[in-house]
Amino acid sequence: MIALLLAIVVGSKQFTESVVLGEIATQALQSAGTAASHRRELGGTRVLWEALRAGQIDVYPEYTGTLSQELLPGETDLPAALARLGLRMGPPIGFEDNYAIGMRRDVARRFGVRATSDLSAHPEVRLGFSNEFMLRRDGWPRLRQVYGLPEARGLEHQVAYRALRDGAIDATDVYSTDAEIRAGDLVLLDDDRHAFPRYQAVFVSRADLPDPAARAIDRIRIDQQQMIAMNARALVDHVPEARVAAEFLGAQRAGEDGLLRRIAQRTKEHLVLVAISLAAAILLSIPLGILAFRHPRLGQVVLGLAGVLQTIPSLALLVFMIPLLGIGAGPAIVALFLYSLLPIIRGTQTGLASIAPELRESAHALGLPAAAVLARVELPLASRAIVSGIKTAAVIDVGTATLGALIGAGGYGQPILSGIRLADTRLILEGAIPAALLALLAQALFDLLERLVVPRGLRL
Amino acid sequence: MAPVLEARAAVRRFGGAIAVGPVDLAIEEGSTTALIGPSGAGKSTLLRLFNGLLSPGAGEVRFRGASLRDADLPQIRRQIGYVVQGGGLFPHLDAESNVALVARWLRWEPRRVDARIEELASIVRLPRDALRRFPSQLSGGQAQRVSLMRALMLDPAVLLLDEPLGALDPMTRFELQQDLREVFARLRKTVVLVTHDLAEAAFFADRLVLLRAGTIVQQGPAGDLSRAPADEFVASFVRAHRPAL
Repeated sequence: MIALLLAIVVGSKQFTESVVLGEIATQALQSAGTAASHRRELGGTRVLWEALRAGQIDVYPEYTGTLSQELLPGETDLPAALARLGLRMGPPIGFEDNYAIGMRRDVARRFGVRATSDLSAHPEVRLGFSNEFMLRRDGWPRLRQVYGLPEARGLEHQVAYRALRDGAIDATDVYSTDAEIRAGDLVLLDDDRHAFPRYQAVFVSRADLPDPAARAIDRIRIDQQQMIAMNARALVDHVPEARVAAEFLGAQRAGEDGLLRRIAQRTKEHLVLVAISLAAAILLSIPLGILAFRHPRLGQVVLGLAGVLQTIPSLALLVFMIPLLGIGAGPAIVALFLYSLLPIIRGTQTGLASIAPELRESAHALGLPAAAVLARVELPLASRAIVSGIKTAAVIDVGTATLGALIGAGGYGQPILSGIRLADTRLILEGAIPAALLALLAQALFDLLERLVVPRGLRL
Repeated sequence: MAPVLEARAAVRRFGGAIAVGPVDLAIEEGSTTALIGPSGAGKSTLLRLFNGLLSPGAGEVRFRGASLRDADLPQIRRQIGYVVQGGGLFPHLDAESNVALVARWLRWEPRRVDARIEELASIVRLPRDALRRFPSQLSGGQAQRVSLMRALMLDPAVLLLDEPLGALDPMTRFELQQDLREVFARLRKTVVLVTHDLAEAAFFADRLVLLRAGTIVQQGPAGDLSRAPADEFVASFVRAHRPAL
């Protein structure tokens, strides 16, 4: 536990290159004798940046262009600006992930195009760019201005690659380390007039990183070709990032965990998320449901608030948790807890409200005090509605908990996320099938609970 | 001696409209009183004022001379048995648990609970095996007997019954009427019962209280109502109940 607390936490963004870099950093730290863990695929730039600043992670791979354009706009001296925030930037890792113009090797040869400036002399070259590139200030508008280029078409990123392969367009925007460069045998045109900002890869870390750890990170060097190869290995050959990293570091990791052990570990993580959030929600929602029934005006407010929580998209709620609670299981549990409130509050409230008036009247007329009426008559009579509210909450929880992986809570969402990113169906199923089974199991478990909790007389 | 129950200028409104009152009515120890009148006359409302299920907006209700206004209601209700219209048995408890609910909550010795249930079952003539059944498994007559047992469990001084035989078929009703009258006579309880049936009221009660639109029109023995109706309404109410055969 102490080792875990002191371990260096490496974060990575939700795309292959970042995950590979995160793995490499983690394994480099481990082979340098520092305890380290990898919170992979935490989310986008903002999530990682906030997590680093909140101390939830200690280091993550970033690009200088992103730092200067997005995170610290207007700062000319990045290292100094970072130092003011208690952060530091390591030396350049050795490759750049820039925007570049890619063409099929044979097409480029046919037009005799080598550098981007050659394009202005060849207006017949058909340009097709990703929609994002068309819109970004540092994308097409800048490229067109610097090189004086003619019209271009906007397409979806994946469609652009296919169109390029099929010869429907001749040139498109690529990231300079894309796996497709190798897979599609593309050449990158030289940005000879420096239109694109440079996106040098660097590790950004907390300034107080212990010396041995900082040294291990700073020693990592990867060149352009190595990075392209690793991206292709992970994305095209479906080799797990951890193994890609291990191969790169030349230190084959002692055997990957077997499938069953992986699933067992994720099941444990998933169950912890669901069990804690659901238990807490039950403890709070039943009293709130009683309150909502006893004081209808206040009840409207309570149900309204719980309803509003329900309408917040789960992803937004999870990201919203980060500045408040950081990343990991904690904020995911809080988010799931908030989602579980409405069904249980409503179940309790409707269950109590639907008790026939003569039964409630009889209970009071017998001389039971209000608390005893609640415990011996009202709650047992409402038990079916309450349990069905809990059942709904549990099934929602099991499903929503898969999103917890986005903020490092682990669980079945982990392989699903990786699988979506790598377009690896097997990996998606490795998370989706256990998640579906768990939802069924939860259903069965609560049917059993219903038999135990709902009095027999109500089930006749 | 003060009456067991007493309404003094009691008024109860529902959303502005007067449901009952002002009503003055004293219930003497050991008497059997029937509240009669057409639907909406305020019979059930008046009954609920007596055990504090409803509180009067004006005037007061007293139990053994003390106002219910500042009383410990649960403690008083345990001295007043009450059977709601339809019996009000709790569907989640079997008949035996329905009857024993409050005694167990009061932590009676199990042996005392069993003995009391045994005694009551024989008083109301409930077959032993019915005690193990849930309300939905009881016949209408059995359910009424169980409701009565539940009201009698703590041996209250007073019984308030709201249409105790309301939804029963005529034969069961006739049989239960006989049994109930025997129980009343044997236990010497003070009884107030609500019915819209003049014949039933006359059969049980030594005093009839006829209500109309929330106020008492006439009260006295059954014979007085037919011999000397106070007004045309009483006369027509009595006429409406002339035997069919």
